[in-house]
Amino acid sequence: MNRHIHTQSNALRAEITDKAVFDSRRAFIKSTAMLSAGLLLPNLGQAQTEPTPALAITARAHATNYTNYYEFSTNKEDSTQLAKALKTTPWSVEVSGEIEKPGLYHLEDILKANAIQERIYRFRCVEAWSMVVPWQGFPLGEMLARFKPTSRAKFVEFTTLYNPEVMIGQRSAILNWPYVEGLRMDEAMHPLTILATGMYGEDLPNQNGAPLRLIVPWKYGFKSIKAIVKIHFRETMPDTAWHKSAPREYGFYANVNPEVSHPRWSQSRERVLGSSIFSPKRATELFNGYGAEVASLYTGMDLTQSI
Amino acid sequence: MVAARTTRRLLKGTVLLLGMLPFLLLLQATINDQLGANPIQALHFSLGDWALRFLMIGLALTPIKIITQQAWPLRYRRMMGLLAFFYASLHVLVYLVLDLSGSWTAFMDEVPKSPYILVGLLTYLLLIPLAITSIKYFKKKLGRRWFTLHKLVYVAVLSACLHYLWLVKLDVSQPLLYMGLLGILLSIRVVNSYRNRGA
Repeated sequence: MNRHIHTQSNALRAEITDKAVFDSRRAFIKSTAMLSAGLLLPNLGQAQTEPTPALAITARAHATNYTNYYEFSTNKEDSTQLAKALKTTPWSVEVSGEIEKPGLYHLEDILKANAIQERIYRFRCVEAWSMVVPWQGFPLGEMLARFKPTSRAKFVEFTTLYNPEVMIGQRSAILNWPYVEGLRMDEAMHPLTILATGMYGEDLPNQNGAPLRLIVPWKYGFKSIKAIVKIHFRETMPDTAWHKSAPREYGFYANVNPEVSHPRWSQSRERVLGSSIFSPKRATELFNGYGAEVASLYTGMDLTQSI
Repeated sequence: MVAARTTRRLLKGTVLLLGMLPFLLLLQATINDQLGANPIQALHFSLGDWALRFLMIGLALTPIKIITQQAWPLRYRRMMGLLAFFYASLHVLVYLVLDLSGSWTAFMDEVPKSPYILVGLLTYLLLIPLAITSIKYFKKKLGRRWFTLHKLVYVAVLSACLHYLWLVKLDVSQPLLYMGLLGILLSIRVVNSYRNRGA
């Protein structure tokens, strides 16, 4: 039996798999895995994508143990343990640039001013895997508006904490530390863009970007910067961490687009985290399925050029 | 004489069993669903790692012979090569059958867009004739040409490293480690062959 959560748009609708159904499926998967261990070839010729675009929530254990957090490790599982060393209280965010109300804001004050809500989003990594996560957070735009951006504020730049003593991945120069990401002002103000403080009804685990991270559901995951300590409003487009290290591979926009391949791999399909070894990949959707809400932001732009 | 042969066989059997151990552990982890959030990728990467490791071990045997002046390492070359081929076959099979669900459409979409997959497939194609001609019959039949043919293993290991180097996003430490080891192994051979020529 499936339940549905209805929110303001179809893109936010989620299909939650009932736990009993989930468990029985798992048992079935196990037994078929044993049966067909030596009989893999009959699968040849099977269709390669799922027909239904349902948003089935990813198991929490998967979403919290498969993270790209290079500040700690390039290994997705190692960052779970390593990130435990990070202290997330007290935490403050420096807000600066083209605004009327710059300052150092304590996290508790930010949280007091913004009501927490739940958003169930599909999260699509540039590495061609995806998951569906119930985030707790608040619209970024509502917070940014309170800082009173001036007319010269065209872009917002976010910076992750730089602390190589704890974030041991920052000791090697695999990326230009600190991690920097950015959004165009209209992207930042879009109601789908949130700052997350929790997931699965609990505080964000450190490895998932505690205590404050960005979630931009129609863009590849690397845009959704973790452990934010700085928000800077600027007139020019910021140079982002991945773009600096490989400009041909990671653009500023990084909108999910099955038609535009990464220079080294296809983006037309994605592996859904937690799916069985016999399930096919899912067809990737333009703007990760949020096109109805966000496509108008890019009218007149060549999506194959502005990657 | 008979006892020595039995010991040798027993030893070989043990090494083979050890070589199959990663496979058995992976199989167990797959059946028990212990491969984490992205099981196909975990399986695929691990099989690829083992293929490269056995290829490297196979290539390390001659340098070990040179250094230790013992003949025994050469008795394991064929086994290591075949273990590498075994893991490489599973690595390719997991990609085609599980990751692409055996779909030709998916294959045609993904492979041409991925230079590293093309290099990986090329590596595997190079290994096939080596595995086939590893049986004694072919070694006898091909004579000197057998040795020339099996020099392909150098091309295969280099393209395997390139395949690895090309696929990682940023952290190239692992593929560079393998390439460094390979460099050491090959230079031992080169130094040795120069010394033999000089003598």
